[in-house]
Amino acid sequence: MDFLRPASWEEALAAKAEHPTAVPIAGGTDVMVEINFDHRRPEYLMDLNRIGDLSEWEVGEDSVRLGASVPYTRIMEDLSAELPGLALASHTVASPQIRNRGGVGGNLGTASPAGDAHPALLAAGAEVEAESVRGRRLIPIDEFYKGVKRNALEPDELIRAVHVKKADGPQQFSKVGTRNAMVIAVCAFGLALHPETRTVRTGIGSAAPTPVRAKTAEEFLNAALEEGGFWDSGKIITPSVAKQFAELCSGACNPIDDVRGTANYRRHAVGVMARRTLTWTWESYRGARNATEGAA
Amino acid sequence: MAATGAPTKITQGSQTKGGIGESTLRPDGTLKVTGEFAYSSDMWHEDMLWGQILRSTVAHAEIVSIDTGEALAMAGVYAVMTYEDLPTEVRNYGLEIQDTPVLAHGKVRHHGEPVAIVAADHPETARRAAAKIKVEYRELPVITDEASATAPDAILVHEGRDDHHIGHVPHPNIVHRQPIVRGDADAAAARADVIVKGEYYFGMQDQAFLGPESGLAVPSEDGGVELYVATQWLHSDLKQIAPVLGLPEDKVRMTLSGVGGAFGGREDLSMQIHACLLAMRTGKPVKIVYNRFESFFGHVHRHPARLFYEHGATKDGKLTHLKCRIVLDGGAYASASPAVVGNASSLAVGPYVIDDVDIEAIALYSNNPPCGAMRGFGAVQACFAYEAQMDKVAKELGMDPVEFRRINAMEQGTIMPTGQPVDSPAPVAELLRRVKAMPMPPERQWESSEGSDVRQLPGGLSNTTHGEGVVRGIGYAVGIKNVGFSEGFDDYSTAKVRMEVIGGEPVATVHTAMAEVGQGGVTVHAQIARTELGVTQVTIAPADTQVGSAGSTSASRQTYVTGGAVKNACELVREKVLEIGRRKFGSYHPAWATAELLLEGGKVVTDGGEVLGDLVDVLEGEAVEVEEEWRHRPTEPFDLRTGQGNGHVQYSFAAHRAVVEVDTELGLVKVVELACAQDVGKALNPLSVIGQIQGGTTQGLGIAIMEEIVVDPKTAKVRNPSFTDYLLPTILDTPTIPVDVLELADDHAPYGLRGIGEAPTLSSTPAVLAAIRNATGLALDRTPVRPEHLTGTA
Repeated sequence: MDFLRPASWEEALAAKAEHPTAVPIAGGTDVMVEINFDHRRPEYLMDLNRIGDLSEWEVGEDSVRLGASVPYTRIMEDLSAELPGLALASHTVASPQIRNRGGVGGNLGTASPAGDAHPALLAAGAEVEAESVRGRRLIPIDEFYKGVKRNALEPDELIRAVHVKKADGPQQFSKVGTRNAMVIAVCAFGLALHPETRTVRTGIGSAAPTPVRAKTAEEFLNAALEEGGFWDSGKIITPSVAKQFAELCSGACNPIDDVRGTANYRRHAVGVMARRTLTWTWESYRGARNATEGAA
Repeated sequence: MAATGAPTKITQGSQTKGGIGESTLRPDGTLKVTGEFAYSSDMWHEDMLWGQILRSTVAHAEIVSIDTGEALAMAGVYAVMTYEDLPTEVRNYGLEIQDTPVLAHGKVRHHGEPVAIVAADHPETARRAAAKIKVEYRELPVITDEASATAPDAILVHEGRDDHHIGHVPHPNIVHRQPIVRGDADAAAARADVIVKGEYYFGMQDQAFLGPESGLAVPSEDGGVELYVATQWLHSDLKQIAPVLGLPEDKVRMTLSGVGGAFGGREDLSMQIHACLLAMRTGKPVKIVYNRFESFFGHVHRHPARLFYEHGATKDGKLTHLKCRIVLDGGAYASASPAVVGNASSLAVGPYVIDDVDIEAIALYSNNPPCGAMRGFGAVQACFAYEAQMDKVAKELGMDPVEFRRINAMEQGTIMPTGQPVDSPAPVAELLRRVKAMPMPPERQWESSEGSDVRQLPGGLSNTTHGEGVVRGIGYAVGIKNVGFSEGFDDYSTAKVRMEVIGGEPVATVHTAMAEVGQGGVTVHAQIARTELGVTQVTIAPADTQVGSAGSTSASRQTYVTGGAVKNACELVREKVLEIGRRKFGSYHPAWATAELLLEGGKVVTDGGEVLGDLVDVLEGEAVEVEEEWRHRPTEPFDLRTGQGNGHVQYSFAAHRAVVEVDTELGLVKVVELACAQDVGKALNPLSVIGQIQGGTTQGLGIAIMEEIVVDPKTAKVRNPSFTDYLLPTILDTPTIPVDVLELADDHAPYGLRGIGEAPTLSSTPAVLAAIRNATGLALDRTPVRPEHLTGTA
């Protein structure tokens, strides 16, 4: 195995163009496990840790440009206002040591359905900044996940950053594992309210071959909220609406039975998380709205 | 003779510090928590090679061919060995039955069985070379449970058995069967007002010690081998290793290296013989270190079990009878299965008085992973079932479950189902009373002024509930575990104690072959020496085979048995020291001849406290050394038909109260508190005692809600051999564990102590399950209980 250590982003792109089989490594959360278990023996390993930009972020007008290697710890501690859903998801990643090293770029690169960041990215809305010597492109997150551990990257492309929409409303993230910390998701759910566009977005993890949005559920809820005038009135969401939303989220799953849990459980749990996260976010939305009105 | 002088100073009331009963600290504690401690995997030797084992990828198959050519041709490879290369006719080993091939011969019987071994100059080279060995398998149907093991056309896992159990088992795929029959269970059942039946399943737990199997074998000039290894019992290893190598035992010199936990999983051999074979073949030191993946295949696990229980009781809450059948899956090789059967059957009734019993326990041979010793050893599985039954019967009678247990609790004088009287304190009712009396943790602890603290809720940081769906449950359980090796085993320990003056101070050196695996023997031995010999400085010599056997570090036995041996050797040393004192100074004071003399605070004192002399003066120019074996009271085998016999040495009791919060919608569990009360006889080191109880309690919690090796029933292959999917409790899963320690002396044991390490592992699991049943109203007849079992989505 050859170990490539590009000193700059340009060198990295050149190396990737020359050796498209090179596996990039930053925190090593996934890559080192695969190497240690001998599941993968790449011809070239490309260490991205000398490229400092990858660990930086910029807060823009509408979105945060998050470098691929920004560790989860930084997201939790420095970006919880702009990216609350992703910050909650980051909290659930592995152990403190791994959160200090791992970043969203790794989750996207591996594209495992169990990656903790995916449901939060899907719910918030995001674009993956991919680049090669041929040029730079932004891949909408909805088009990024292609199959089990397959993503939309071309062989010569590297992930430079992910552009995540800044929260314009409450966001939540919830994940089921069979212990109370340091656990891979049995299934996970992300939900974001977008009051500016009067829409709700969702993300489901570990309950289908790829991370997915529950689009039918979103459409149902968007319509129900609009028709009932909920965005304006800020009234409590009718239990029957929440229930139907939860059922549609369950229906969006296409899970398997495996050693971590049954397909039935995953469908069930996604429904429970959908209902709870909707309740939590809507309560915050109402609280914030009422507080604003009270002040006005 | 030069005047060594009479005592010049007289100090009254001297006291020795750091003796028994004090919480002295572990000498290796700081090293371990700072990462400085050298474990067996940290050893290094100049010119050392690395060994690697090739393991079977299937569970049951004939080996058609093995081609090692390509592996041998690799640069850096020094040796590749298969069954054909074994040096003697002894090619099997085993704790009791020598049924385990050093390397597979013609057939593999479980997933991960060693087939070939490689030595190379780099671990990665060794690994790649092993991968280049071509093994052709012809797969056979797998035996995975009792039905497939005893089916009319079942393949025999071991053909031509000639072990001492084959004569009394109903099928050659049954390792051992032990019935326990006393009274008349059928007649007693007729007197019962209620009869409660249950069928339970206990999953396969892994010891999951943190330091994987590892060791270093160094060939020596005399043709022998030095083996440095992490193990639980040096001399048992030695007995199994030497014949395979074709060496007399004195040419296999073993030294214990740093052990990173054991819990029963190091009782069987792992890499010992393989490293020695490669070292002798290459003439070079060979180190083998398993990684976590290999470790899951490299040691035996806790027996999974199916347990069928029937209890009867009268309206006023008296148990009438027990009928029970326990089927343990021993996997491909016998390991400790026979003894686990003995424990499961003889302790199947639990700490209760039931005069009429009909009990049967068996262990299967199958193609599942081999199972053997693990903390609790057969008593754990039984406790899970009988405690579930106690709650069921109490419910059927409309009685409080603790009150029902109290009515039926055994006590000193109770006759066990084996006919053995319980001849030391058995405070079962008192332990239950104590855990019940402990204050309850406050309700809804997650609520704070800033919202919900998710760390206090089921799901923890995964943020699954802010209180929705959460229901509290409370459960109780109590258990009984035997201490020491049972059924007539000659369970002795040896201790060598030396006393001399070093640097102007009396120093005791304690040398045993006891494996320190974390239990705290290194601390306790020094404490005993201080108490018995009145010294401050005690040196604990490294454990090796240059001294006699200390028996196994298992069965909660080391403080009792090797501690007993150290105490005994110290007493003999003391006698010799006093003899020297009398010889040197007897004429200076009449008390030398007339009084009961003790060694305290570096001095010889009378039982009245008068100081007769300094140990430094007594031992000037002399060293005293004693090596002696020590035995507890003998035990008897159980009758093979009736199970009668005084089979056990001592019993150990613990009770738990579990408080859990269950997210009933998601099936997630937060254990809030696991209160424990345990009788320890005498706490030689109270801090260690609390640590053992809290550790055992946590290990019991693990099997209650998360720990399980999952084996595919179709292929008998292990599905989760990693810490990614074999989950152990983290600190967020570990509750507060208040401990109430009772010290009711057992007059038969040294200092009145009771072995303590295992009992808390027994009752913790059923207490957690009882609490979850209490919260959910579900029957829950298997452990670990998973979210799908709590949500009807299995």
